[in-house]
Amino acid sequence: MLAFLVQRLFQAVLVMLAVAVIAFALFNYVGDPISSMVGQDTSVADRERLRHELGLDDSFIVQFARFVGRAARGNFGLSYQQARPVGQIILEKMPATLELSFVAATLALIIGVPMGIYTGLHRDTWLSQLLLALSLVGVSLPTFLIGILLILVFAVMLGWLPSFGRGSVVHFGWWSSGLVTLDGWRAIIMPAVTLSLFQMTLIMRLVRAEMFEVLRTDYIKFARARGLTNRAVNFGHALKNTLVPVITIAGLQLGSIIAFAIITETVFQWPGMGLMFIQAVSFADIPVMAAYLVLVGFFFVVINLVVDLLYHAVDPRLRIDRERVGVG
Amino acid sequence: MTKRLDWVRWCAVSTVVLIVALGVTAEAKTFRWANDGDPTTMDPHARADLFVTTFDMNMYEALLRRDRDLKLEPALATEWSNIDPTTWRFKLRQGVKFHDGTPFTVDDVIFSVRRATAPGSDLAGQLATVKEVKKVDDNTVDFITDGPAPILPNYLAGIAIMSKAWCEAHNTTSAAMLKDEESYATRNANGTGPFMLKDRQPAVRTVLDKNPNWWGIKQQPIDVDEVVFTRIENAATRVAALLSGELDMVYNVPPQDIERIKKTQGMKIWETPELRTIFLGMDQSRDELLESNVKGKNPFKDKRVRQAFYQAIDEDAIKTKVMRGFARPTALMVGPGINGFDPTLDKRYPYDPVGAKKLIAEAGYPDGFEVGFDCPNDRYVNDEAICQAVVAMLARIGVKVNLLAQTKAKYFAKINAPGYQTSFYLLGWTPTPLDTLHMLSNLAQTRSKDFRDGAWNEGGYSNPSLDQLIKEIQVELDSEKRNELISQALSIVKEDFAYIPLHQQIVVWATRDNVDLAPMGNNDFQLRYVKLN
Repeated sequence: MLAFLVQRLFQAVLVMLAVAVIAFALFNYVGDPISSMVGQDTSVADRERLRHELGLDDSFIVQFARFVGRAARGNFGLSYQQARPVGQIILEKMPATLELSFVAATLALIIGVPMGIYTGLHRDTWLSQLLLALSLVGVSLPTFLIGILLILVFAVMLGWLPSFGRGSVVHFGWWSSGLVTLDGWRAIIMPAVTLSLFQMTLIMRLVRAEMFEVLRTDYIKFARARGLTNRAVNFGHALKNTLVPVITIAGLQLGSIIAFAIITETVFQWPGMGLMFIQAVSFADIPVMAAYLVLVGFFFVVINLVVDLLYHAVDPRLRIDRERVGVG
Repeated sequence: MTKRLDWVRWCAVSTVVLIVALGVTAEAKTFRWANDGDPTTMDPHARADLFVTTFDMNMYEALLRRDRDLKLEPALATEWSNIDPTTWRFKLRQGVKFHDGTPFTVDDVIFSVRRATAPGSDLAGQLATVKEVKKVDDNTVDFITDGPAPILPNYLAGIAIMSKAWCEAHNTTSAAMLKDEESYATRNANGTGPFMLKDRQPAVRTVLDKNPNWWGIKQQPIDVDEVVFTRIENAATRVAALLSGELDMVYNVPPQDIERIKKTQGMKIWETPELRTIFLGMDQSRDELLESNVKGKNPFKDKRVRQAFYQAIDEDAIKTKVMRGFARPTALMVGPGINGFDPTLDKRYPYDPVGAKKLIAEAGYPDGFEVGFDCPNDRYVNDEAICQAVVAMLARIGVKVNLLAQTKAKYFAKINAPGYQTSFYLLGWTPTPLDTLHMLSNLAQTRSKDFRDGAWNEGGYSNPSLDQLIKEIQVELDSEKRNELISQALSIVKEDFAYIPLHQQIVVWATRDNVDLAPMGNNDFQLRYVKLN
């Protein structure tokens, strides 16, 4: 097990390095940060001096090596836009994104799985058809449109929920939480629903398809023949065996939720890392972009690792396989 | 059971707290507003970004300030005059205190000017004429310039005065970005202005409180007790937040939403002509254009081609179709409100595609030609749409324009000094000191090798007799004579077709109808004018 973890950590470092290389290669195309940083009356000489101070006149290799060297010591430099340490900015923004992603993923699971089970067991009821039709809307409408529609209905017309921001937050050390105030919960509803909609429908359709598959297998027939109750068959045997692919997808999607929170965060002005990234792109704020991309790479690796570990918990066959390999 | 009781008790207590809190805030007047940008730093010298400086200048003050009609008026200085051609003397206001209680002195002025001109400050370019700042006595200071500097006071209206003691105590005597550390002045402020910084969450929320000890509060009572600024980038969300009553005011209203807001009850639209002029420029310096199918010569060197471009563009159509009426077509490179603007010259050459086609044929291009066109897509109101309209209009006289519309960070990197990698471009210009000279020396003066003159003259336009005039304007202290020279210069720029001026944008702000404020053409938003009725 330890060897497995070490191997994964090593992979994580490689992935992050690769992300950093690609990110730095792309930064040549985001434009000139200097022109965002200075005003119209700043002389060309002063612009060049600033460029030199920031090391932007160095070659790609030198800039990349400097970034990696400093990042290894946990130093991501100063944001060009805010003139503040990038690490500090990310720590400020991370709780907002993680809370939003966590609430969205939970919503997707606790609504998506039961809907999937229901539509899997009762194929032809009108409720199943309705859920399927709605899920089609969920996957096909773009996120920003759903977000704007929700704002229009619940903020502008009904006035029930705030259209932007996180509401009031409470600080626990460096972590700021909006989940302990009523105001915070009101603010998170619309962004979380918007963000979860796609995942929710995805999970629902996946569970449904898997249920079909599993219900046709022999052991289900045997279970029924043994006279087990429907409940035991459907949930004890069928559902359990649909969970491996669901865990894989849900896990990988958690990474996507964090990464694609960008659009939702922009629509709702949710002060998280996605919004921070968008702001950085339009400013050509290279230190922030680099740190964010590497961090998202890190999240994906960690999530994959957790998914792998969960397999072992859910699927006993994998444990046996690995033990055999270990022995052999 | 006890757990449940705890909950009940907790709810009861928090309800009481809430009621008390509501009772208190009901009396305080809070003004909530949003914009797509953020005042990225509270340091008034660090960044000469329009939004940053106008925001910060609600907390900080300069020697002079502008009133709601953009006229210079006394602020930290009570009077000023030229005691000789190269010396401006300022008498300082007495009894002024910074937010932390330290008194404002002549040393703060000298310190602040030094800080604003030192490396790391983005305002240094504006004070390039200042040679020395001298203390005369405890309430008088002299600015000695390296030649007559008629518009120095205009520039000084933008230079914030900071407390020397405060900056020294917090190790922020320079506006430069520190090595891996945040400068104290980035998130803290200590000015003399009508508002004080209460809470700063970068890129999220900034809260200001009324300064009850402000020197000007007797003559001009401040109506709002608290100002909450939120950054909301998405235009649709911003407008929605206004309509839902979560905001009192939004800035940068997209033209397509204006009608809708106007029709909504309880909302008000404020329109002000902006001082920024949107124009097209052409590379007139290279012997061969960078992006064109014409080889061996540069068609833009021929004035007839430039005139043909000008008259092929239907600015009225751009105004009504692209800008939805929110533009003021202009014949000059400066608009009303800029010192030197001459209404008698402000008549555009007529839109005349037939004449334009004839002109371009006379110049030797009966079939037109092909040229690249650089345009930002996130800098000015509907910038990319304007460029697309221009492309279509020039196609009618046979010119094939290849539009490259991109984000400002890339656009400016391409067209600006030192490369000037453009053949034809769209740009906007607001003269920082609100004086025509600034436009002339940046856009129309021949480019110098060190980029000091004509730094933004991307097309390399050059006219020696105009250069001569600009040198005279720079040192002329008699304002009547000076404005006459400016008129001459403006007409040279116009008749040379050095640029194709299009329009001044109309700034649109939207508020709830209980809000009264002073929208200003330079996008300045002075919170001291805000009233909530």
